[in-house]
Amino acid sequence: MITYEWLYWLAGTFFAVWAILSLRDQRSGNAAFWGILSGSFFLGSHLSDLANGILVLALVGIAGLGGLNRSDPETTTVQERETLSSKLGNKLFFPALIVPVTAVAGTLLYNYTPLSETGLFEARRETLILFGIGVVIALVAAMVWLKPPVLAPAEEGRRLIDSIGWAAILPQMLAALGAVFALAGVGDIIGGLAGSAIPEGSVFLTVVVFALGMALFTMIMGNAFAAFPVMAAAIGIPLLVETYGGNPAVIGAVGMLAGFCGTLLTPMAANFNIVPTALLELKDQNAVIRQQVGTAVPLWVCNVVIIYVGAFLLWN
Amino acid sequence: MNYWPLLGIALVVIGFALRFNPLLVVVTAAVATGLLAGFDFIAVVEALGKAFNDNRYISVTWIILPVIGLLERHGLQQRARALIESVRGATMGKLLTIYLLFRQITAALGMKDIGGHPQAVRPLVAPMAEAAAEKSHGKLDEGDREKVLAMSAATDNVGLFFGEDIFFAIASILLIQGVFESSGYPLTPLELSVWAIPTAICAFFIHSWRIRALDRRLGRVHP
Repeated sequence: MITYEWLYWLAGTFFAVWAILSLRDQRSGNAAFWGILSGSFFLGSHLSDLANGILVLALVGIAGLGGLNRSDPETTTVQERETLSSKLGNKLFFPALIVPVTAVAGTLLYNYTPLSETGLFEARRETLILFGIGVVIALVAAMVWLKPPVLAPAEEGRRLIDSIGWAAILPQMLAALGAVFALAGVGDIIGGLAGSAIPEGSVFLTVVVFALGMALFTMIMGNAFAAFPVMAAAIGIPLLVETYGGNPAVIGAVGMLAGFCGTLLTPMAANFNIVPTALLELKDQNAVIRQQVGTAVPLWVCNVVIIYVGAFLLWN
Repeated sequence: MNYWPLLGIALVVIGFALRFNPLLVVVTAAVATGLLAGFDFIAVVEALGKAFNDNRYISVTWIILPVIGLLERHGLQQRARALIESVRGATMGKLLTIYLLFRQITAALGMKDIGGHPQAVRPLVAPMAEAAAEKSHGKLDEGDREKVLAMSAATDNVGLFFGEDIFFAIASILLIQGVFESSGYPLTPLELSVWAIPTAICAFFIHSWRIRALDRRLGRVHP
């Protein structure tokens, strides 16, 4: 059975190659950072929690002291790229499409045919595993077709991962922060505060506090999944459903979406809001959030109206 | 109730606002929160290490970078631009609106892995949007160029977030179902996912209007 562990070895190998190439390029900070991350991928499952925690502190130490820098491996010039682009034509899109097609078509094929009974992939992990398989296929196809120098994909990958830098592990680090918040009972405190902020007797204002709590707590945690159980337990179920008799399906579904509006507004949702600014090499780290504010705020208002109308006016 | 752990949240807000290295901010906040909740330092480091290790799958996606880098070396971004330049009447507004709709519909059908920032936005959508904007408005200055690229990333996010919940077999729908079921309200995933449709429609109209507003604003600055 193919499990996540296989993917971790694959990713560990990639990070190890970037560490070695960084060392050869005399960038010891980058080499240490990607080397430690590689170690986490290869050995993480066998190390104690404390050892893994020390790896985390080491990674943060290197990044925090500015040890991680952009690199500039040899590549093609803009003119050469223009020439190659006209010579190779639209076929250049095909290798890029191999990865999503493998992940999506593979997942559908696996789940809706008897293939799933073979137990080839770890349960509910098939999409990411197929993504990894797609990457390997695309890499082989592009190498065979384009015949670049052997190290070219590794060096081009290193250029990109170094331009992303510390942001590459920020989403994973934020997930770890979420776990510590949960352990420390932050959710219960927030839920208690939100519950005590409710004005008595007004259905509409209770809907507003529920949706606002979802958005704000999502902004703090960086994803709506952590906020939802807390807000549902503090306001959604006891007040909106039980006291005021609202439609639970609307309150649950649209409450979650009010949280998604918060996701658009927070640097804590690094995968969606911070990583792209690094990938697109933007100067302003909050550039993506700035473009999202004007959508998120009116959309949040729409969600409040949808809950009020759908769960109460139409339901009763 | 011990309210001190909330100080960790304050640390995150302040640290991000003062632009300290975000990794440093996150770990400092985690340690502070843990200590204020009464755990000792070693226990906090262990919790951090365990959670970081359990979430390694999040960082696996970077293995796509060699493929993207290799194709960019051979002119993928230039190809994406050339394709848009060859389409008559292509504007940034139309392009991103079509991408928004495409992303919402594919996500609603459960194909949320089509699209995404490293795979689609950096190599394809952003260069195409930039080329389309330059086609109608001439060369963009740096500030406007960044707005167009950031709007491309924002469009991917909005399309994904407000499409995916229409698909009933997705984690967030299952989470809602689980939370309500444990409180004695059994709901089917389909009952929940149909209620994602009104918000999806609002998201499409609001965001496509904003995309066109940006396109118009670029037009005024660059007549």
